[in-house]
Amino acid sequence: MVPIRSRPHFDLAMTSTISNPLALIAELTHRCPLHCVYCSNPLELQSRSTELSTESWSRVFQEAASLGVLQADFTGGEPLARIDIVDLVRAARSAGLYVNLITSGLPLDESKLAALVAAGLDHIQLSFQGAREELSNEISGTKSHTQKLRVLEWVKQHRVALTLNFVIHHRNIDQLEEMVALAETSSATRIEFANVQYYGWAFANRETLLPTREQLARSIGVIKREQQRLEGRIRVEYVVPDYYAKYPKPCMGGWGRKLMLIAPSGDALPCHAAHVIPGLAFENVKDHGLREIWERSAAFQKFRGEDWMQEPCKTCDRREQDFGGCRCQASLLAGDAAATDPVCSLAPLRPKVDAILAAVNLAPASVAPGIAGPYIAEAPPANEPPTRPSWLYRPNPA
Amino acid sequence: MTARELSSRPRLAPGCRLSENNQQRILQMPERALRLNGPSLEIVQRCDGKHTVQQIVSELQQIYSKAQAQKVEEDILGYLALLQKERALDFEV
Repeated sequence: MVPIRSRPHFDLAMTSTISNPLALIAELTHRCPLHCVYCSNPLELQSRSTELSTESWSRVFQEAASLGVLQADFTGGEPLARIDIVDLVRAARSAGLYVNLITSGLPLDESKLAALVAAGLDHIQLSFQGAREELSNEISGTKSHTQKLRVLEWVKQHRVALTLNFVIHHRNIDQLEEMVALAETSSATRIEFANVQYYGWAFANRETLLPTREQLARSIGVIKREQQRLEGRIRVEYVVPDYYAKYPKPCMGGWGRKLMLIAPSGDALPCHAAHVIPGLAFENVKDHGLREIWERSAAFQKFRGEDWMQEPCKTCDRREQDFGGCRCQASLLAGDAAATDPVCSLAPLRPKVDAILAAVNLAPASVAPGIAGPYIAEAPPANEPPTRPSWLYRPNPA
Repeated sequence: MTARELSSRPRLAPGCRLSENNQQRILQMPERALRLNGPSLEIVQRCDGKHTVQQIVSELQQIYSKAQAQKVEEDILGYLALLQKERALDFEV
């Protein structure tokens, strides 16, 4: 599972008043062999017994394609935990969608990979927790790194696009060069370095995950250098943590404008984190067609357009660029989903974000092992490595 | 190998393919989609690992015979370079 991120805009003009969605995020299951401390799944995970059937998903893919959706992002949890994953890939591809699989690679073997590619899989996004085994295993709460390296070798045998997704945070942001080197040994044509964004499990662990300002500045320099060096060979993309940004991200390309997420149970959401907004009710694809949900569901209407905006968004020149930022972040930090995203420098509640950043940037070296600085004087507690924080790990649903 | 070498044969990279949506031809790529029309479609349709860059240039110069030949070549090389930057092409010798 990758963290929530703002997505690249598709370069396509819209014609109707409500533009059609371009991507369908299919959260096939919340089951996952990893327990990542920044997982973007909700704190209340949906159990296997509530998951949509193969037939329901196939119908959703057909409806999505006729609604104008171009791409299906298979994610989770771990989408490979679905035993019907090959059938689902085939169903989405034959509906006319571009099929993207976002995976940890853990439940994969060579024959499963061959079957997925034969079924029409276009693109694999293999998640990495870092370039070093020990830290990767710590972050994912399981022994996972070695298997990912095996998957890189298997993928070389197939004509399928490969992106390596590195989730970036305080503990690994100083290792970007090692991650690029790892990607260069693979067949990847794209690397996505996405800083953790603070929802779900990541929100609970944010004080340990946020990089310092110095770390971030250095990382931006590294990325620029690597982008130049690798141009034409590997596309390198970087998503910075929006807590450090001057303006908010245009989250999901604007509420109900480009993306639709279907949760394992069939609930249709405008974004991954929309459960955190109190009072939003979600329609289920078992009860309604996708077009009806997209055009009429109260949840999708709620923050579409500009009518819901408050000052300073309401009269801001940037309101058509960033749409007031992220509604879920406004809900989490401001306690009001219609407030200006508090990461915006113009937001009344920006001081709240600044206070969080101040705490991170003044923290002693004990929680900043990656950067140069004096070592802590006191001895670490017994039985624990000196820099290991007390993570809140994501469990596996029933 | 780049588009600058007229003898190379561009081919869409893995995970990059032409598709159609609402009567519109689209080049789909990992996390990107480009709407194609006219010359851009003519170019991408010839990125099949068989046409050399030189052949693509010659064929488009015939199709767009009213345009200045030199300009057509420059535009094609520029477009191929852009697609390469997007990592949508492999160039075969």
